[in-house]
Amino acid sequence: MGFIDHLIVNAEGNSVELNGAQILVQSLKDEGVEYIFGYPGGAVLHIYDAIFQQDDVKHILVRHEQGATHAADAYARATGKTGVVLVTSGPGATNAVTGIATAYMDSIPMVVISGQVPSPVIGSDAFQEVDMVGISRPCVKHNFLVKDVTKLAETIKKAFYVASTGRPGPVVVDVPKDITDPNIKVPYKYPRKVTMRSYNPAVEGHKGQIKKAVELLLSAQRPMIYSGGGVILGEASRELIELTRTLGYPITNTLMGLGAYPATDKQFIGMLGMHGTYEANMGMHESDVILAVGARFDDRVTGKLAEFCPYAKIIHIDVDPASISKTVKVDIPIVGQVKPVLTQMIEQIKESKKQPSKKALAAWWEQIDKWRSVQCLEYDRESPLIKPQYVIEQLYEVTKGDAYITSDVGQHQMYAAQYYHFDKPRRWINSGGLGTMGFGLPAAIGVKLAFPEADVACVTGEASIQMCIQELSTALQYKTPVKIINLNNRYMGMVRQWQEFSYESRYSHSYMDTLPDFVKLAEAYGHVGMLVENKADLRSALEEAFAMKDRTVFMDIITDRTENVYPMIESGKGHHDMKLRIAPGTPTDRELA
Amino acid sequence: MRHIISILIENEAGALSRVAGLFSARGYNIESLTVAPTEDSSLSRMTLVTRGNDDIIEQITKQLNKLVDVVKLIDLAESAHIERELMMVKVKTSEATRAEIKRIADIFRGRIIDVTPMTFVIEMTGTSDKLDAFVKAIDETTIIEVVRSGATGICRGEKGLHL
Ligand SMILES: Cc1cc2nc3c(=O)[nH]c(=O)nc-3n(C[C@H](O)[C@H](O)[C@H](O)COP(=O)(O)OP(=O)(O)OC[C@H]3O[C@@H](n4cnc5c(N)ncnc54)[C@H](O)[C@@H]3O)c2cc1C
Ligand SMILES: Cc1ncc(C[n+]2csc(CCOP(=O)(O)OP(=O)(O)O)c2C)c(N)n1
Ligand SMILES: [Mg+2]
Repeated sequence: MGFIDHLIVNAEGNSVELNGAQILVQSLKDEGVEYIFGYPGGAVLHIYDAIFQQDDVKHILVRHEQGATHAADAYARATGKTGVVLVTSGPGATNAVTGIATAYMDSIPMVVISGQVPSPVIGSDAFQEVDMVGISRPCVKHNFLVKDVTKLAETIKKAFYVASTGRPGPVVVDVPKDITDPNIKVPYKYPRKVTMRSYNPAVEGHKGQIKKAVELLLSAQRPMIYSGGGVILGEASRELIELTRTLGYPITNTLMGLGAYPATDKQFIGMLGMHGTYEANMGMHESDVILAVGARFDDRVTGKLAEFCPYAKIIHIDVDPASISKTVKVDIPIVGQVKPVLTQMIEQIKESKKQPSKKALAAWWEQIDKWRSVQCLEYDRESPLIKPQYVIEQLYEVTKGDAYITSDVGQHQMYAAQYYHFDKPRRWINSGGLGTMGFGLPAAIGVKLAFPEADVACVTGEASIQMCIQELSTALQYKTPVKIINLNNRYMGMVRQWQEFSYESRYSHSYMDTLPDFVKLAEAYGHVGMLVENKADLRSALEEAFAMKDRTVFMDIITDRTENVYPMIESGKGHHDMKLRIAPGTPTDRELA
Repeated sequence: MRHIISILIENEAGALSRVAGLFSARGYNIESLTVAPTEDSSLSRMTLVTRGNDDIIEQITKQLNKLVDVVKLIDLAESAHIERELMMVKVKTSEATRAEIKRIADIFRGRIIDVTPMTFVIEMTGTSDKLDAFVKAIDETTIIEVVRSGATGICRGEKGLHL
């Protein structure tokens, strides 16, 4: 298998025998793991005992296993390292499933170690037994059931290898209790490298394809670069910026790709898709050549497939061949890691004698600027109520655009994406693919552990925050002072918006009644609570909150409950068919009122 | 179109459920699936028969290849290949029908492998089409049981599926 083994040796130079629990913990240490997010229980008690007896790998005790998965996932999103979770069998494992699926949908590297009942009783409906390998199978990149303690270290290595390479994703390692038996000791070896004959993810792109792609790109009249989460996962932001600047083409990012290209740059035309900008969606619609980079043509992005980019030839770079031509047929597929492929493309462009047509490009930018002038993200700034968009704008200013922003799911998530202009990758931490409410708070804790000096804010809604509110306790225990920006509209705003548009405002069960007093709740958990009801107080309240460097602050901000997210492509519509807040030239809601 | 996909997969517990689960989760059609170990005990070979247009088949092969345990696969429909399925059919017989059933089985190169006063068991191999044709050719009311293995296949010539 060709690896340089890491052998634990004692003073005499003999290899030391370890039990399974120690092997597991030692493997994590040798893998360079800093934090494990977990929750104990019967099946993992041996492991917890081994954790107790060392302090290299730090354990973060969450309050619910879902919280552990989101915190580990966000730690991975913010750092690029693999997040690690430890849960017990049965309910511990099932509680982790939502978080595993969340990481799976967004291709986040994560290793989840779940306890399992002892091997001899597997299959007997033993106490706290669930078939975790079976339950997790559809939402993991891969999973393992450890059957032999002598294979444990190698299995852990494989789990990290699979989770973090190719298209990343979560890997579950199910460890029966007998495998971690303190009395069974075997020699410990942690492989530095593993190879698997059945797993060989692509790296470099095909030269011929790259050449063809560059030819096409350089001949474009109305080009568009559409980049996604793959650029962030593949650490290729620098290359993307270089390529985009070299070409002078407009660029749009998916929700998952925000920050890969600086949002404040003039070539950036905003997010695309359902709640993307008018200019990005119109640009896609009218484009003749699209370069898709590490993006997967999600339905939130494409809208009605039959009307998607009717005039465009499409180049698609993706490490996962199954992402290519899955929903949208592309013309030039390039399978490979974004970083080397973009590097190859940049070289090709520099070598090429061809130049993009200056005239065509100027005309194209002129068209884009016309779309931009619609100012699709404008909202009623004069409103006496606190507009959620205004909160995000103020948050952006107070944090100088340099905070890590986690979010939950709903309108607040879209406002954060639209109005916090992410200039750097890994700053925007949200659940895009699964859209998991409850993600934001544990995610903020995971990020803050990774970057204790940075400002970390969780933009949330009064419904989402209650799904993992118990993690306020974790935040206190581990002193992770995050700022919770609760855009409290007393509605499941996103649901209400759809009901307003598509169900004649029948607000079926989307009203959040009997809300807790969030200020008191925060205080009960040992944090600072702030209620902001007046627009005039918002700025100073935010400043005050962020000045409290060592406190978690829960800001309950009472926002305009009727506000909707615009622009919007309603389901079943195409990019060119956007619903705008204000059709160009018409008076605002308030002017009419 | 009908495709026969042959897969070499790590002979690990759960390998079968990964493949079967993929088909049900993604709503792909699966007509038959056979699994058995190969001459290399660390590998299993699966043969599955599915239907779909080119786009669907492309996604199926990509998704199968993406399974970490899948070592290699081949779509037999893409090249010259031999397809075989094993079938056993139990039929009711009587003095009057025995000869006729035997005659049809002979035409299809079937063999009678069990005989009782009231029944025959006929064994037959061939392409799935041929087996279908045989079942159609005999009197439906005489059939007690039809057991089919599902199709397997192999490439003609040098080409093949191996490590
Ligand atoms: C309420 C709500 C509203 C939403 N609205 C929108 C919206 O308006 N617009 C929008 O864009 N999204 C929206 N989303 C998110 C949407 O559901 C998808 O999650 C998102 O569009 C997917 O982003 P992506 O295409 O960048 O793919 P990702 O999920 O980030 O996938 C990355 C792709 O890159 C590939 N990849 C990974 N690593 C590499 C590498 N190193 N090299 C090469 N390729 C790699 C992967 O194989 C994959 O194909 C919304 C979500 C929610 C919850
Ligand atoms: C776990 C989970 N359940 C249900 C949903 C469906 N859903 C999407 S947004 C939303 C409402 C969110 O309300 P809130 O957190 O208050 O945010 P707002 O839209 O009001 O900003 C719901 C219920 C979901 N995404 N996740
Ligand atoms: Mg709300």
